[in-house]
Amino acid sequence: MATNKHTDETDLIHVAPEMAVAEADVRPAEAGEFVQGTSLWRDAWRRLLKNKLAVFGLIVVGIVTLASIVGPTLIKRTFGFTPDYIPTDYPTLIRSFPPFTGPNGEFSWTHPMGTDNAGRDQLARVLQGGQISLFVGIIATLVSLLIGISYGAIAGYFGGRLDNLMMRVVDVLYSLPYVIVVIVLLSMFRSQTPRGQLTLLFIALGSVSWLTMARIVRGQVLSLKNQEFVLAARATGVSGARIIFRHLVPNTLGPVIVYATLTIPQIMLTEAFLSFLGIGVQAPLASWGSLAADGVQNIAIFPWQLIFPGVTMALTLFSLNFLGDGLRDALDPQMRTV
Amino acid sequence: MLRFIVRRLLVTIPTILVVITITWGLIKLAPGNFYSGEKRLPPAIEKAIRDKYGLDKPWYQQYGKMMWGILRHLDFGTSLRFEGQSVNTIIRRSLPVSAAVGILAYLLALIVGITAGSIAALKQNSKWDYGSMALAMLGISVPNFVLGPILVLIFSLGLYWLPPSRWGGFPSRNLILPILTLSAIYMAYIARLTRAGMLEVLRSDYIRTARAKGLSEKDVVIRHALRGGLMPVVSYTGPALAFLLTGTVVVERIFALPGLGNYFIQASLNRDEPLIIGIVAFISITLLLMNMLVDIAYAFLDPRVRYH
Repeated sequence: MATNKHTDETDLIHVAPEMAVAEADVRPAEAGEFVQGTSLWRDAWRRLLKNKLAVFGLIVVGIVTLASIVGPTLIKRTFGFTPDYIPTDYPTLIRSFPPFTGPNGEFSWTHPMGTDNAGRDQLARVLQGGQISLFVGIIATLVSLLIGISYGAIAGYFGGRLDNLMMRVVDVLYSLPYVIVVIVLLSMFRSQTPRGQLTLLFIALGSVSWLTMARIVRGQVLSLKNQEFVLAARATGVSGARIIFRHLVPNTLGPVIVYATLTIPQIMLTEAFLSFLGIGVQAPLASWGSLAADGVQNIAIFPWQLIFPGVTMALTLFSLNFLGDGLRDALDPQMRTV
Repeated sequence: MLRFIVRRLLVTIPTILVVITITWGLIKLAPGNFYSGEKRLPPAIEKAIRDKYGLDKPWYQQYGKMMWGILRHLDFGTSLRFEGQSVNTIIRRSLPVSAAVGILAYLLALIVGITAGSIAALKQNSKWDYGSMALAMLGISVPNFVLGPILVLIFSLGLYWLPPSRWGGFPSRNLILPILTLSAIYMAYIARLTRAGMLEVLRSDYIRTARAKGLSEKDVVIRHALRGGLMPVVSYTGPALAFLLTGTVVVERIFALPGLGNYFIQASLNRDEPLIIGIVAFISITLLLMNMLVDIAYAFLDPRVRYH
C-alpha cells in the first residue's frame, strides 16, 4: 500500500494502484504549474494532523519519550542526584514523602512526585523506568515485526501447500495461552543478571506477538503478488527472496506500521504485567511495571508510590493507542470503521 | 457441523499434548531444580529427593511416565510443594474461585460493553459516542494492577465500603472489587468492537430493508442490527478467555484470592513441575474447547458462515 521504494526517486505521483482512488484532494492543474503529486505518506500525515486525538497522542508520546531520555540527566544537573541516589542524612525514619514535600514536611520543589521507601526521587525513577518500558516495547515489537513479516511474506508469496501449512501453524498457536507459556519460560530461565533477564524478555515477548503481524502481511502479499510490478520483476529474473523483501514487503508497510503502533502498548502492558509478578525486569533496573509492583506493597500508607508510575504508564498507553488508531485511519482508509 | 466438531477435536488433542510437551521441556531445560531454591541441601537428602521423584531416570522415561499418567486417567501426579495434595485436587479446589470471578467479570463486561457500544454507534459523533469511546480507551490503557489497588484505595481504605481482599465465599461483597478490576478492560474492548460492528451493520442493505418495511427503530436495533453487529464480540470471546486467564493471575494476586492463577504463579516460581503442567494443560483444554464453542456459535448466529 505504500509508495514503491525503488520507483520513488522523484516525488511525482507514485501511488500503489489501489490507493489512487483514495486520493480525494488532488487539485486540477493550473496552466504552467508543475503538478506536485501527494505521496501516500504526505497525504496520511495531513489526515493524521486533522485527527485531534491522534495529535494529542503524538504530542504526549513525544513528551514522555523525550522526558524519559533526557529527564534523568536534567534532574542530575538541576538537583544533583541520580535516580538511584539514596540520601543518607534524613532526620526521620520514614523516607517516603508525598509530592512536593521536603524531609521536614515543608513545601519543596525537589521531589515533584515524592520519594520512595528508600528516599529516592520518584520523578527520576519514573523517567528512568520509562526508558526501560519504552525500550522493551519498541525492541520486542521489532522482534515481532521481523518474525511476522518474514513468516507472512514467505507464506503469502509461495502460496499453495506451504502457505496452508504455515497458516495452520499460526491458527494453532493463536489458540494457545501464550502468556502462560511466557510466565513458565521467564520464571524457569530466570537470569542472574538484569541484562540477561531483559534480553529474555525481548525474545519471549517478541516471539509470541508476531502472529497477527504474519496474518496481515500474508494478506497484503497475497493481494500484491499478482500485480504487474511483481510480474515485471520476475520477468527480469529477480530471485524469489529479492522479490519478497525488496518489492513486496515495502508495499505492505502501511498496515504494518499501523499494527506495530498498536503492538507497542500491548507489549508494554504485558511487560508491566510480568514485572508486576516479579519475573519481568529485575532490580536494579526498573520499569513502570516493577515500580508499580513496589508501590502496591505500600498502597495504604504511601499511595503516591503506585499512583505516579501507574498514571504515567496509563497516560502513555492511552496516547499510543490513540496514535495507533489515528494512524490506521490516516494510512489505511479501507480499514476505517467509520 | 458434526464433521467440523470431530475435525476440530482431532486437532485439539495433539495441540494439548504439544503444549504439555513444550512446558515440560522448558522446565527440564531450565537450570536448577525445585529443591535448589533456598539453601543447599546435604547430598544424602538431595539423593533421596531425586530417587523419590524419579529424577535420576533418563528424560524419556520421566516424560513417558508423566504422559502415561495423563493419557491413561488424566492423572497429573502430586504437587511437589503442597505435599500430599494431588494436582487434580488443587485444580478442583481453586477452579471455582477463578471461575466465579472470571465468568461474572465477563458477564458484566458484556452487559456494559454492548450497551455502551450500541449507544455510541446509534448516536455516532455525539457526546455520548466520544464520551464512551474515551472511557473505553482509558479502560484499555490502565493496567489492571494499577486499577485494582486504586479501587481498593478509594472504596476500602478511603470510604470503608468494601473489604479490600481475601476470599469470602460465593456470593460475597469481597467479590465486587476483583470483578470490577478484571472486567474493565473487557468492557472497553467489547464497547469498541460493538460500536465498530454496529456502525458497519447499520449501513447495510438489510437494515435499510427492515426500516423500509416500517419496523420500529427499537425492533430494527434489537432484532436485526444487534445480531449482525455483535459478530465481532462473539469472535472476540475466544481470545478474551485467554486474556481473562492471565487477568485473573494479577487480580487473584492483588486481592489474595486462592484461585487457579495464584496457584499457577506460585507453582512457576517454586518450579512445582506437576502443578505447572496440570494447570497449563487445564487452561489449554478450556481455551481450545471454548474457541470451538465460539466457532460453532458463530455458524448459528451468522447464516453466511458455513463449515465444511
